[in-house]
Amino acid sequence: MGGGFGPLLSFLATTRGGLDGHLVGALRKARSSVQSSLVTRVIGIALAAVVIIYLSPKVYALGPSYFLRIVAVGVALGAIYALIAIGYTMVYGIVELINFAHGDVFTLGAFISLPLLVTPFWHLTEETGGGWGIVLPLIAVFLIVMLITGLINVGIERVAYRPLRNAPRLAPLITAVGVSFFLEGVMYLWKGAVNLHYPDLLPSNRFVGGTFSAKDVIVIVAAVILVAGLAFFVNQTKLGKAMRATAQDRDAARLMGINIDRTISATFFIGAVLAAAGGITYGLYINSVNNGLGFPIGLVAFTAAVFGGIGNIPGAALGGLIIGLIRATNDGYVDPQWTDVVTFAILILVLTLRPTGLLGMRVPEK
Amino acid sequence: MPRLLRRARGLTRNRDAIIYAILIAGVFIVPAIANFTQGTSSGVVLDQVANAGVFVLLAIGLNIVVGFAGLLDLGYAAFFAIGAYTYAMFGSGWLDVTALHHAVHIPFWILLFVGMGLAALSGAILGAPTLRLRGDYLAIVTLGFGEIVPRIFRIKIEWTGGINGITALDQPTLPVWFTGPWAGQDFGITRNQVFGLDPVPYYILIVILIAVSVVLASNLYRSRLGRAWMAIREDEVAAAAMGVNPVTIKLLAFSIGASFSGFAGVFFAAKLGGIDPTLFGFQNISIVILVMVVLGGMGNISGVIVGAIGVYFLQNVIIPQLPTWTTGAASSVGLSFLNNPNGDWAGLGDEVQRLNFIIFGLILVGTMLFRPQGLFPSQLRQAELQKGTSDQSVFDASTS
Repeated sequence: MGGGFGPLLSFLATTRGGLDGHLVGALRKARSSVQSSLVTRVIGIALAAVVIIYLSPKVYALGPSYFLRIVAVGVALGAIYALIAIGYTMVYGIVELINFAHGDVFTLGAFISLPLLVTPFWHLTEETGGGWGIVLPLIAVFLIVMLITGLINVGIERVAYRPLRNAPRLAPLITAVGVSFFLEGVMYLWKGAVNLHYPDLLPSNRFVGGTFSAKDVIVIVAAVILVAGLAFFVNQTKLGKAMRATAQDRDAARLMGINIDRTISATFFIGAVLAAAGGITYGLYINSVNNGLGFPIGLVAFTAAVFGGIGNIPGAALGGLIIGLIRATNDGYVDPQWTDVVTFAILILVLTLRPTGLLGMRVPEK
Repeated sequence: MPRLLRRARGLTRNRDAIIYAILIAGVFIVPAIANFTQGTSSGVVLDQVANAGVFVLLAIGLNIVVGFAGLLDLGYAAFFAIGAYTYAMFGSGWLDVTALHHAVHIPFWILLFVGMGLAALSGAILGAPTLRLRGDYLAIVTLGFGEIVPRIFRIKIEWTGGINGITALDQPTLPVWFTGPWAGQDFGITRNQVFGLDPVPYYILIVILIAVSVVLASNLYRSRLGRAWMAIREDEVAAAAMGVNPVTIKLLAFSIGASFSGFAGVFFAAKLGGIDPTLFGFQNISIVILVMVVLGGMGNISGVIVGAIGVYFLQNVIIPQLPTWTTGAASSVGLSFLNNPNGDWAGLGDEVQRLNFIIFGLILVGTMLFRPQGLFPSQLRQAELQKGTSDQSVFDASTS
């Protein structure tokens, strides 16, 4: 057993929670930017070294299969965080609003999918779980819920944010908080403030000595498909181009004949679509949801968006993955109680050392 | 005499002066009304008002950061928690249970300033590396800090009591106090007068603290520092070019704002007599205070006070009592069958109670849509920024 540890440790040294390798890489990349100084780099490398030295013996003691399990859970949760983080980052990129209601849109997706999943029409029951028969109904449920949630978010933008586009900057922030309260209240009215059981439909087969479960793989694949679809949309379609242009310079985009209102609506729609998909995936993965879930998860996803560089879509996906891995590592090796503290400490650290995030660029203040 | 009259007439046209006058009158009238309507249970009303006062203090402090200096602080609860825990740890028998094995009973009046100082210090420590960041990044850093602090208080059970918090805090004691017929005693001087469970001393104390804070904050606003804050808020680059050091000025705003929060925290802990980490969350403190400031009118102290009182009573008095009111109304108009549970219908009271979040959310959205600049925005700022000043004088020297 000991023989296999050399490569594992070196693997660990580069990918452990992603933190160390990426911080070093980020710091290396930052050499040219104004933020990066020798002090910053030294602090970053020193922190990375401390984390590795602290974690190595624990990882060694608990064995490789445990480590792989942690990585699987981390990537799966990270994929869900990434789906939410993309919505935060797109909305921030285009209207500079920290959308506090986004986490609740995520929960709303899970809540809307609940009655749909249990309708007898699909013949989806926990007993049949695992067969190929669940694929088509699940895809149908995903599409319906994504559409409904997307339209709801477009409505929210129309009512609560659009009239305030030229108002003082804090006004839309407060309405976002109001919408967050409102959505939580609606879900409370609908189902009460209790933990709801979410049907456990995915197969529970395990591979590689019980480390990876089919659930992990399905969640990750679903997220990859969605993010790839988004990347295609943003990079290849006309509306995607309009979105990038609007994010870069709204007035110039308008002068070029881009319909700003429609572009912003589309951004909110896509953000909610991904969040809703994240909500269903979360439900299928964790099998429990409640009406107040969106707020804490939204904060973590927001941290992920900032970590990757707010306004940057690949950054949000990468940030989500890294945050998921860090949280899983902390849950598994350190102390789950400290996971939130570690997450937010990383948020502060990243912003202090490299305010633009991992992939973000220095942008002029609008 | 005509001059005085003119001055008085000027005051009646000044919206902020009217608000202050109403507030000052309220301070004296509320106890009287409470006494008249509630009789011996008037303490409940004063207790609520004193609690609202804590939020007024917090709102005045956050207004310095958000309204004056234009820095968005989403972790204001952290400094509030630091102040409260300062009092809880050093003003109770708690430290006897910890590894120190020695209780520390420092008087409330000293801890008031210690809590203030500690909060200001932590504000400075947090702000020093992060205040160079552009606006929204600062908001995010403070958000992270606000999430971390209560969680650490929750985890470090051996020092802070964890989720159960710290209870049985000392009650504030006045070293010297006068007794007289108003307390049913002879004239005299007592020593070490304990506040006790009576809300009246807390009410008087919070009114004094708020009055001092208002004077402090308005003087700061009119000082050189206040003008520097305004300059930074409106255009940081231009202000820096004029010789204002943005980092120092922002750091001062941040620390002074934090010190108000620490100050309020000490009072809050002393008044409650026991605290726990759930009291200092993002949704129940940081965001609520921000809502008070923005709703009341950022940058305008009197507006912010009104906002704080309004939101506090909306959240803690009006919305919780809605179920009672609606059930009462339903039975008085002959619809009392609505009050009984029936199938999915949980009864009118329960249903309305479930609407609390929705009502609060709708009020927030509605008020912002209706008045994005807040209920009572700063008149000076409005005059300067919105009406256009290039062709008119802001200040006419001949009439004053």
